Amino acid sequence: MVGCISDLSACLIDAGIGPGLAGFLETLVGTLIVTLLPLTLVIILVWIERKYSARVQDRVGPNRVGPFGLLQPAADAVKMITKEDITPAGADRIVYNIAPILSALSVILIWAVIPFSPVHIGVDLSIGVLYFFAVGSVGALAVMLGGWSSNNKYALLGAFRVVAQLISYEVPNILAALMPVMIAGTLSMQGLVHAQAGMWFAISLPLSALLFFISSIAEVGRTPFDLLEAESEIVAGFNIEYSGMKFGLFMAGEFLHVLTIAILTAVIFFGGWLGPGVQEVPALGWLWLAIKSTILYLLALHMRSTLPRVRIDQLMSFNWKFLVPLSLVNIIVVAFLFKLVQELGLTPAADETTNIIANLPQTFILLLGNLAIIGGVLVYLRGLGREQRLANEMAAAVDEDVEHHPHHDEEVAAAAVAD
Amino acid sequence: MVALSEFAPIGAMLLLAIVVGLLLLFISRILGPNKPTERKSAPYESGMKPIGPGTRRLPVRFYLIAVLFILFDIEVIFFLPWAVVFRKLGLFALVEMFIFIIILLVGYFYAWRKGALEWE
Repeated sequence: MVGCISDLSACLIDAGIGPGLAGFLETLVGTLIVTLLPLTLVIILVWIERKYSARVQDRVGPNRVGPFGLLQPAADAVKMITKEDITPAGADRIVYNIAPILSALSVILIWAVIPFSPVHIGVDLSIGVLYFFAVGSVGALAVMLGGWSSNNKYALLGAFRVVAQLISYEVPNILAALMPVMIAGTLSMQGLVHAQAGMWFAISLPLSALLFFISSIAEVGRTPFDLLEAESEIVAGFNIEYSGMKFGLFMAGEFLHVLTIAILTAVIFFGGWLGPGVQEVPALGWLWLAIKSTILYLLALHMRSTLPRVRIDQLMSFNWKFLVPLSLVNIIVVAFLFKLVQELGLTPAADETTNIIANLPQTFILLLGNLAIIGGVLVYLRGLGREQRLANEMAAAVDEDVEHHPHHDEEVAAAAVAD
Repeated sequence: MVALSEFAPIGAMLLLAIVVGLLLLFISRILGPNKPTERKSAPYESGMKPIGPGTRRLPVRFYLIAVLFILFDIEVIFFLPWAVVFRKLGLFALVEMFIFIIILLVGYFYAWRKGALEWE
C-alpha cells in the first residue's frame, strides 16, 4: 500500500493491469488530485485567513458556524451558490462570463508543476519556471477581461491598475527567480529542488528570495499592493459588478494564489520537499513542503493584516525605480560571484551536491555578495531619507506650504523597504 | 527538448478545471433566483445614475507602462536560456550578459530621464 503512494503505475501493473492502462490511470488520478486539491484547500484557506486577520485586529473572527467557525467557508459557499447571478446592462456577456473561470484557472494550472515530494508532481516540465510565469500572467488577462466587459467605471479603473501593476511587478519577479535557475542550471521545478539538497537558495541568495516574495505579493494583489481592489477608492475594483458564484471564483482564485506563491517561494528558495527522512519515505515531502509554505503563507497574511496600502505612484516608483534596478544589480553581482566560485573550483563536485560542507564555500561567497548589496542599498536609502527629512524641515521653516517634492516617492519606497 | 506529450496532463487539467468552473456557475444558475430588473442590472456607480459609457479610453500613462514592460519582458526572455546554460558557457556568458545589461540600462536611464517612470 505504501508502494502505491510513491509509484501508482508500478503498483497497478503488479495488480494485473496492463502497463498502458496503468500509465493512463496514473495520469488521470494525478490530474484529478492536482486540480481538485487546490479547489478543496480554498475552503480551509478562507477560514485561516479570516481567523488570522481577525486575531490581528483584536477580533474573534468567525465562531458561529460549527466548532471555531470551521464550517463558515462552507456556509459562505452555499450562500454564494444560491445568490442571484446578475449580468449588468451593457456588459459583454461572453467575456464577462469567461473572466472568472479564467481567473481561477490561471491559479489552478500552476499546481501542475509544483513538486510535492520526490515522486509526486503533476508534470515535471523541463520548462517549469517559464510555465509558471506564463500561466500566472493569464490571471492579469482574466482581471482585465472582467473589468473591461463589466461596463462599469470603477471596474475599468481597477482593470487598468491591474494591467499596470501586474505586468510591472512581473519583471522583478522573473529576474529574482532567475538566480536559482542560474545556479541549478535548469528550469525544471524538481531540478530546482534537487539543486538545493546541499543548501537552500534562501541562504545563499537571500536578496533574490526577498525580491521574489515581495514581487509575488504584488502579483497576487495583496496589501500593501492591493490597489486593484482598493475598497476605499474604487469600491472593489474589477469585480465590482460580479455577484454570486462568479464573484466566488474570483475570490477563490485570489485566496488560492496567496498560498500558491507561498508554495512556489518554498519550492524555489526554501528547498521544497527537502527535509529529514524524505529519501526513505518520499511521502514525507508533503509534510515538509506544507510546513515551509504554511510559514510563508502566514507571513503573507501578516503583511496583509498589518501594512497600509500604498498610493499608485508609490507603487510604480517602488517597482521601476527600486525593484527593477536592484534585480539587475543582483543579477550582475551574483553572476559574477558564481563565475568566480566556478573559476576558483569552489563549486561542489557532481557527487557532493547533497553535502552541506561541500556547498559551504559557494554559499558563503554568494551570501556575502548578497549582504553587500543589501547593506549598500540600506546605507543609500538612509542617506536619502535623511536628506529628504532635512529638506522637508527647511522647506517647512521657510514656507508653510510645502510643495510636492520630486524625491518623495523614493522616500516612501525606502520606508516600505525598511519595514 | 520539450516533447508535446509532456503537456498532455496539463491539457487534461485545463479541461477539468474549465468543467469544474462551468459546473459551479451552472449550479448557481439553477439554485439562485433570476429576476433581473432595470435597477438591478444598471451599472453600479455609488447609487447614482450612470453618466456616460462604462468603457473609456485608457489614460496614456498605462500605455507607457506597457511599452516599458515589453522592453523588459523581452529582456527576461533572453535571460532565461542564458541562466540555464550559464554553467556550461563559462566566461563568454558572463561578458555577453554584462554587455546586454549595459545596453539595456542605457535605455532604462533614458526612459527615467525622459520622465517615463513618473506617475502623474
